[in-house]
Amino acid sequence: MSATTAHAGAAPAAKDGRFEPVILAFTCNWCSYRAADLAGTARMKYPPNVRLVRLMCSGRVDPAFVMRAFADADAVILTGCWPADCHYRIQNVKALRRFILLRRVLESMGIEPQRFQRFYASAAEGQQLAAEFDRIVEEVRALGPLDWAGRHAAFVPSATPPGAGVGEARAAAEARAAAPPPAERELAEVTA
Amino acid sequence: MSASNLPAQPDGARERIGVYVCHCGSNIAATVDVEAVRDWSAEHLGDRGVVVARDYKFMCASTGQELIEQDIKELGLTRVVVAACSPHMHEKTFRGACRRAGLNPYLCELVSIREQDSWVHTDRTAATAKAEAIVAGGVYRVAHSEALEPFRVPIDPATLVVGGGIAGISAALEIADAGFPVHLVEREPSIGGHMAQFDKTFPTLDCAACILTPRMVTAGMHQNITLHTWSEVTDVAGYVGNFTVTIKHRARYVDTALCTGCGICQEKCPSKVVDTRYEAGLGYRKGVYTPFPQAVPKYPVIDVENCIYFEKGTCGACKKLCPTGAIDFDQKDEEVTVKVGNIIIATGFELFDARRVEQYGYGRMPNVFTSLEFERMSNAAGPTAGRIVLRDGVTEPKAVGIVHCVGSRDRNYNNYCSAICCMQSLKFAHLVREHTDATVYEFYIDIRAPGKAFDEFYQRVMEEGSVFVRGRVAAISDTVRLPDEEAHQGRLIVSVEDTLAGVQRRIPVDMVILSSGLEPATDAQEVARRFGITCSADGWVIERHPKLDPVATMTEGVFAAGCALGPRDIPASVANGAAAAARVLARIQEGELALEPIRATVDQERCSGCRICNDLCPYSAIVYHGWEQVSEVNPALCQGCGVCIAACPAGAISGSGFSDVQILSQIDGLLTALGGAPPGPAVEEREAVPA
Ligand SMILES: Cc1cc2nc3c(=O)[nH]c(=O)nc-3n(C[C@H](O)[C@H](O)[C@H](O)COP(=O)(O)OP(=O)(O)OC[C@H]3O[C@@H](n4cnc5c(N)ncnc54)[C@H](O)[C@@H]3O)c2cc1C
Ligand code: SF4
Ligand code: SF4
Repeated sequence: MSATTAHAGAAPAAKDGRFEPVILAFTCNWCSYRAADLAGTARMKYPPNVRLVRLMCSGRVDPAFVMRAFADADAVILTGCWPADCHYRIQNVKALRRFILLRRVLESMGIEPQRFQRFYASAAEGQQLAAEFDRIVEEVRALGPLDWAGRHAAFVPSATPPGAGVGEARAAAEARAAAPPPAERELAEVTA
Repeated sequence: MSASNLPAQPDGARERIGVYVCHCGSNIAATVDVEAVRDWSAEHLGDRGVVVARDYKFMCASTGQELIEQDIKELGLTRVVVAACSPHMHEKTFRGACRRAGLNPYLCELVSIREQDSWVHTDRTAATAKAEAIVAGGVYRVAHSEALEPFRVPIDPATLVVGGGIAGISAALEIADAGFPVHLVEREPSIGGHMAQFDKTFPTLDCAACILTPRMVTAGMHQNITLHTWSEVTDVAGYVGNFTVTIKHRARYVDTALCTGCGICQEKCPSKVVDTRYEAGLGYRKGVYTPFPQAVPKYPVIDVENCIYFEKGTCGACKKLCPTGAIDFDQKDEEVTVKVGNIIIATGFELFDARRVEQYGYGRMPNVFTSLEFERMSNAAGPTAGRIVLRDGVTEPKAVGIVHCVGSRDRNYNNYCSAICCMQSLKFAHLVREHTDATVYEFYIDIRAPGKAFDEFYQRVMEEGSVFVRGRVAAISDTVRLPDEEAHQGRLIVSVEDTLAGVQRRIPVDMVILSSGLEPATDAQEVARRFGITCSADGWVIERHPKLDPVATMTEGVFAAGCALGPRDIPASVANGAAAAARVLARIQEGELALEPIRATVDQERCSGCRICNDLCPYSAIVYHGWEQVSEVNPALCQGCGVCIAACPAGAISGSGFSDVQILSQIDGLLTALGGAPPGPAVEEREAVPA
């Protein structure tokens, strides 16, 4: 057996000491995975930091998949069809709902929203998909490694006195109600 | 081809997995170190059951497939991972190889290191590492794959064709001639589509009506074709093999059982309106009308917006004079429901609205015409009886300018080439020269004449003496500007940069014809949604594969033909119609269709009866058994999206082909060895924990 690369999944070769995040992207079989196919066929380029999982529908994404991914990845992306273009009629809206909820949970665990993003890509939008991957990789690169284990240690309920943080949580909730983040606005529009 | 040394099968691994890494010529190998991926797989994935890892120039070639078949037989492989192109490209190919060797095809996993890796990355080291991760994902996943059998659905032998242009008519006739029922739905009062408006067709100049009318008549009389004209599809339910389609028949106010098509009503109707549809605004029709004399069916419709009876309650001339008493003002819209196994979308195109290019002055300057107006004008049965005249209806033009690419190949409107306008413009030049003594200018960017006998036709039109000016027209104006233009007062001036001569020209003409591009029907996106298919950003229906599956859509049982797929000429539209019909006929004859067995099932032992899943399914596939207090998925209705699986708080629903354990394992594989962390506890154990 010849000597080969040591690890699969090892972070993409760091150049000039740059941090190379590992990012997992969930794609749906009908739109975003096909957009990725198209990006390939058209030889568009995006950073190798992103690895794809193909599911039939973005609505198949179980929060458990995302949590599992965060154990090793620096960011997770959810992609799917545009609202009303879902191959399964409206299941991507259900994915959007779940996304919003999950992002709140993750935020409360200290995971920056840039690490859990979503976007739409129709089967024709290879270019947009590549551009979004570019953008997200840069944003996550700027944040640095996730260090889930380290953060997880900090997120031990007993380490925080009971009641501490309630005020902040309420303030955050109020701020959110005043100016809903884009995904929630979008959901309101989609389901209007 | 070479194989890595075979490590001994580790005791723990349950499966014997073969890994095949494809070079795809240099498509993969140029960016991914294929041999390294092979060796890495053999070395690091042995404990996951990999017993052989090979690379090969072209895995999809028969010799590549034989490699897999041979290994299955000789090494007793129980699982196969091929790292090559996208599963949308060759999943069937490799699953087929497995089946031939006696391995259940669903135990084969194709992971893409081409579209998802070598083609989108440039850094060889990073791309190779990513390929290894992708292979690991496939290996981890396949270990948990289950043998599946395709899900078989019966195919209803009836077919729905939407759109009665030449594409839809062709498809309908092919299927009907083969002996199976067709429902042909057309929203206009008659079938025929755009072709019915033309006089001559390029490049042969045969008469459009002469070739179209017989087909329309055959379709109208065919015992296997039910025409639903003046109708639209309002709802589609069900799935391939078994669609239930609701068709709305708009009220015609004419009893078709009594009408003989004599035409007296149209003759006597006092309401005269500009016909913007069939006559393209150049001629008139009545309030009660058939769009053209050869219309199929022959029954007229009453246009309530322009009917004096419906406006004021008076008149009723048609009702009084109809010899068979067929006029029925009380008719109502009706809905019918039909069952079909397959659907063909042939909704065609609409002409780009030339008003949008303001500098060309259409709508502002009377002697600027659109291509469809010119089609009607040159038609012997049209509003000018075939005479080519200015808007005043009498003056013959001395010079005619034909402007190509209006709204096409233009970033301001549509980037694409509308494919037919060059040939249609050349046809116009010929027709103008045939009917008048006018000088004809063709203002073109380049002439696109790639079809059979197209370039010969171009040569012919050049030899006939038309003047070709290469350059995009900047503007058309009706005011003279330069001193030597005085003589041209009242004419149109075409400003254009002649890019061959390198000069600006201002060419006086009497008539301008704008060769407008083709655009999807305005409601294309809406129609697409109704049928569960997707359109490109431009609005054309997306093919399942642009080259290898050009008339299928991504939705099983829904096909497309003609200009609904994008601009194309009549021969291509007819060929599309026949191709879609052939696809449908193959299925009808087969009697059933094998579908991917990607389905959800509820483990009733674990179901808590919470009913959360019940409302999540858009196909109402989940039924609740009140007595037992458990839910159940009807596999005939389930489409396998997996939303219910992810939502079930009891973890009671599993999805074949995309089970939790498969997906979690794939994530493990994709991220494995990251920072040296072991993949963690076996997924089977974790899965037992409710999500
Ligand atoms: C000015 C001009 C000249 C041309 N000349 C030539 C020529 O000389 N030779 C040549 O080969 N090609 C020519 N073409 C191209 C030709 O018109 C097309 O190739 C052909 O008409 C395509 O047929 P189709 O059936 O796909 O679409 P269409 O002819 O557009 O027919 C579509 C039909 O579907 C109906 N429809 C649309 N939406 C719905 C809906 N939702 N429900 C029900 N029905 C619906 C429409 O009413 C229409 O009847 C020309 C095109 C133009 C614009
Ligand atoms: S969500 Fe799960 S537990 Fe609830 S009814 Fe459906 S299958 Fe049963
Ligand atoms: S997988 Fe999707 S289609 Fe199938 S039962 Fe569940 S929700 Fe319905």
